Amino acid sequence: MRGYLFTRAWQSLLTLFLATAVVFLGIRALPGDPALALAGEDRSPEALAAIRAEYGLDQSVFVQFGRFAWNAVRGDLGTSTRTGVEVTAMLGTALPVTIELALLAILLATVLGVGAGTVAAVRRGRPAEWLANGLALIGLSVPHFWLGLVAILYLSVSTGLFPASGFVPFLDDPVANLHHIVLPVVILGTGLSAVIMRQTRSSMLDALGTDYVRTAKAKGLRPRAVIGRHALRNSLIVVVTIVGLQLGALISGAVVTEQIFGLPGFGKMTIDAVFQRDYPVIQAVVLVTATAYIGINFLVDLLYSLIDPRIRVGGAAA
Amino acid sequence: MSVLTVRDLSVVFRTETGPLSVVDKVDLSLDAGEIVGVVGESGCGKSVTAMSLTGLLPSSANVTGSAVLDGTELIGAPESVLRRVRGREVAYIFQEPMSSLNPVLTVGRQIGEVLRVHEGLKRRDARARAVELLALVGIPSPAHRVDNYPHQLSGGMRQRVMIAMAVACGPKVLVADEPTTALDVTVQAGILDVLRDLRERLGTSVLVITHDLGVIADIADRVLVMYAGRIVERAGVHDLFAAPRHHYTAGLLAASPVPGEHAGTHRLREIPGLVPVLVTQPDACTFAERCAAAEDDCRVQEPRLDPPGGSGHGAACWHPVRQRRGAAS
Amino acid sequence: MTTTTTVPDRGRLLRRLRRNPLAVVSFVVLTLAVLVAVLSPWLAPYAPEATDFGRTFTPPGTPGHPLGTDDLGRDVLSRIMLGMRASLTVGVLAVATALVIGVPLGLAAGYFRACDAVISRLADLMLAFPFLILAVGLAAIRGASLANAAVAIGIAQIPGIIRVVRSDTLRLKSLDFVAASVVDGAGDLWILRRHVLPNATSVVLVQATVAIPAAILGEAVLSFLGLGIQPPDPSLGTMLATAQQFAARAPWSAILPGLAIMLLALAFNVFGDSLRDALDPKGSTR
Ligand SMILES: Nc1ncnc2c1ncn2[C@@H]1O[C@H](COP(=O)(O)OP(=O)(O)O)[C@@H](O)[C@H]1O
Ligand code: SF4
Ligand SMILES: [Mg+2]
Repeated sequence: MRGYLFTRAWQSLLTLFLATAVVFLGIRALPGDPALALAGEDRSPEALAAIRAEYGLDQSVFVQFGRFAWNAVRGDLGTSTRTGVEVTAMLGTALPVTIELALLAILLATVLGVGAGTVAAVRRGRPAEWLANGLALIGLSVPHFWLGLVAILYLSVSTGLFPASGFVPFLDDPVANLHHIVLPVVILGTGLSAVIMRQTRSSMLDALGTDYVRTAKAKGLRPRAVIGRHALRNSLIVVVTIVGLQLGALISGAVVTEQIFGLPGFGKMTIDAVFQRDYPVIQAVVLVTATAYIGINFLVDLLYSLIDPRIRVGGAAA
Repeated sequence: MSVLTVRDLSVVFRTETGPLSVVDKVDLSLDAGEIVGVVGESGCGKSVTAMSLTGLLPSSANVTGSAVLDGTELIGAPESVLRRVRGREVAYIFQEPMSSLNPVLTVGRQIGEVLRVHEGLKRRDARARAVELLALVGIPSPAHRVDNYPHQLSGGMRQRVMIAMAVACGPKVLVADEPTTALDVTVQAGILDVLRDLRERLGTSVLVITHDLGVIADIADRVLVMYAGRIVERAGVHDLFAAPRHHYTAGLLAASPVPGEHAGTHRLREIPGLVPVLVTQPDACTFAERCAAAEDDCRVQEPRLDPPGGSGHGAACWHPVRQRRGAAS
Repeated sequence: MTTTTTVPDRGRLLRRLRRNPLAVVSFVVLTLAVLVAVLSPWLAPYAPEATDFGRTFTPPGTPGHPLGTDDLGRDVLSRIMLGMRASLTVGVLAVATALVIGVPLGLAAGYFRACDAVISRLADLMLAFPFLILAVGLAAIRGASLANAAVAIGIAQIPGIIRVVRSDTLRLKSLDFVAASVVDGAGDLWILRRHVLPNATSVVLVQATVAIPAAILGEAVLSFLGLGIQPPDPSLGTMLATAQQFAARAPWSAILPGLAIMLLALAFNVFGDSLRDALDPKGSTR
């Protein structure tokens, strides 16, 4: 266990360092002078020099990176070059929105995907499989942002069942919070569930054909026990991997969903920052994404070891 | 007293390329405490026969005929009846002890599961019984092993776990489908000993399925030889080795070194010719293409086991092998 | 050496596809869609940019405008036809980009043990990286355009291609005829080109068939966000972006382009699935 944590820790640090360094150096290698962008009206050489000095742009990129890294370790991610707001403060308001959206969406996607995938595998060749397969194919083919538009059109604008846009923090008003987040969660969650469903179906079909499932049937177990205790548990190993790999799709999806439903989240912050070359914010975004990647990989490993004794973390092999 | 009586058992699979007849009019009977061997080349329908008894085949299989277990007809019986038979009255051991055990559950849990479903034991009691059963099949320090996962056990131990699971509810019939094929030679003998021992102690009837004549010689009381979905010869184990009547059996024996002495070391060697896994000609001897003694009548009329339905020595052959007197070595 | 292939023969593949009604229907829809897209400059009843301020927001079914007009009085049918053309162009360009980079990497990862760890880890990392951030970055640096959108989407699809090509290469490498070539002293590159690549074609084909609809959806998202095809060029994504403002007034302008995207993507996905099934040696008995 200790060996595992140690390896994990230094791998994580390396990933964080590399991701940040590549982006840090990369955006500075781009054409375009950020000082010019910052200067606004006054583009006199003196003003530009002052800006460069203020943001440390007159030093070498390595010095700049060292300073950035040192500040980041101390919890200071700088201030937005656009708004002058502290980046940590921006993250403080944006991240809770996206984390809530992402967690609920991935939960919905997993429940729907694993459920429908299992049904499709078990009811192979029956109407239920056709239905589940068809829905998954549609889920893969439909532009989800468009579904969002249509949902706003018919469920918000015409009927007023849901608010069309905006966000209320959970702690301010839980009911209003959920009311605002339901539609975005459904749109994002169903989008992700198609992939999970297809993966579940195919690994369930594999599991149902295994020898140990034959053994379970030969023991006289009920189908429910054969499927739940024996087949599903084993196919979840693959499903967990796939769910873990949805991080990229989840963030991309969150960007679009936030855009459509006007949620002030991480996705919106990202798009704005990249468009406006807001370096400190871009760096923070990359740092957060890399951290999420590391965290999710760690979580996936933990889940593996819960499901599969053969890869138990630090467990003694026979 | 026959525990299991099978008559005219046939299995036809529906496939993409049309119906596929895999088992054809198989007769079989198993007395209490008897060990009967079914031997034949790979793909001749042994496993399908075994699985068909308790309805374990996929829904693409059409099973006809009769299989009566202690007065209960199994073929066509409702799923609820079959579920009570499986694991409680007819239990199975499969070839691959690794893949036949669930990798993510402890062996204690997998053994206990049978007891919980059929005897309604609580988790704790089922675990205690699992420890006893592990001891019964000769696993050292069973109280410790009960919490192991399959990957922590050796192949032989895994097969012992499979056996413990199979005998947990004291079944009337134990079907051992290639129980030693995947194991090292040194481990095979131990597994066969366990089966013999259980027969003595629990009075279980055992159907041993194998393509290994060594296993048959080692453990079986009686033997059924299967070829292309049909039983072609039925004999006591000594009669079979001493005086085979079907030409296929004779070919098998000729192709194998003398069995018995190094039990389990002799695998069936292929005898010349293509193996027709399918029952191709309904009105002919399926072995005719490969038989040196084949004559015209062999190709127009199907030979049936003689005497039909009995348990004496019989062969499904129009021109049986002539007995060489005293050649039984 | 006559059995140097594991690809099911073409006749059998076609027979299996023809027997599957879904495959036939999706193929017909695809063919029609591709024809409409390719011929749209000639087929479309109006020039897609032609405005008519006297006839804005006419509903579908209006004579002369079967699918109605938008906020500038442009013909929705014509714009959808040319939008499908743009979608297909991006889809094909993106997948071509992904194949050109992904196939060699996948072959290398599957064939040379030394490369595997690096390439596979890289693919995992890329998979976790949100493609939208990449696309936004590219648009910020090089400007928003059809080509840049296609490149961004193509890059995002590389890991998927690497994965399938890698696992198929691993499978092929273990087959007898490849092992036999190794024994015969054939060079690695020769074996890859002669044996592995031709046999991996079917998985690449299937992957491409499901990557194109994903790319089409990606294009729609990018154009919707203003990062892809730029107005007034017709694109299904930009049509939806404009329609968003007028959705309450002219719901059809928000619904129809989305349906067109879905139809296109669905036809590809259904056909890709049928192709996969038909190529599966286990067939329908799986
Ligand atoms: N589900 C199935 N569908 C079609 N054919 C099958 C199926 N299961 C088994 N078979 C065929 O039945 C024949 C006998 O198989 P089996 O009983 O497993 O042989 P063995 O004697 O080696 O145990 C084989 O030719 C096999 O291909
Ligand atoms: S019936 Fe004829 S063909 Fe068949 S084994 Fe006997 S002699 Fe040979
Ligand atoms: Mg078998």
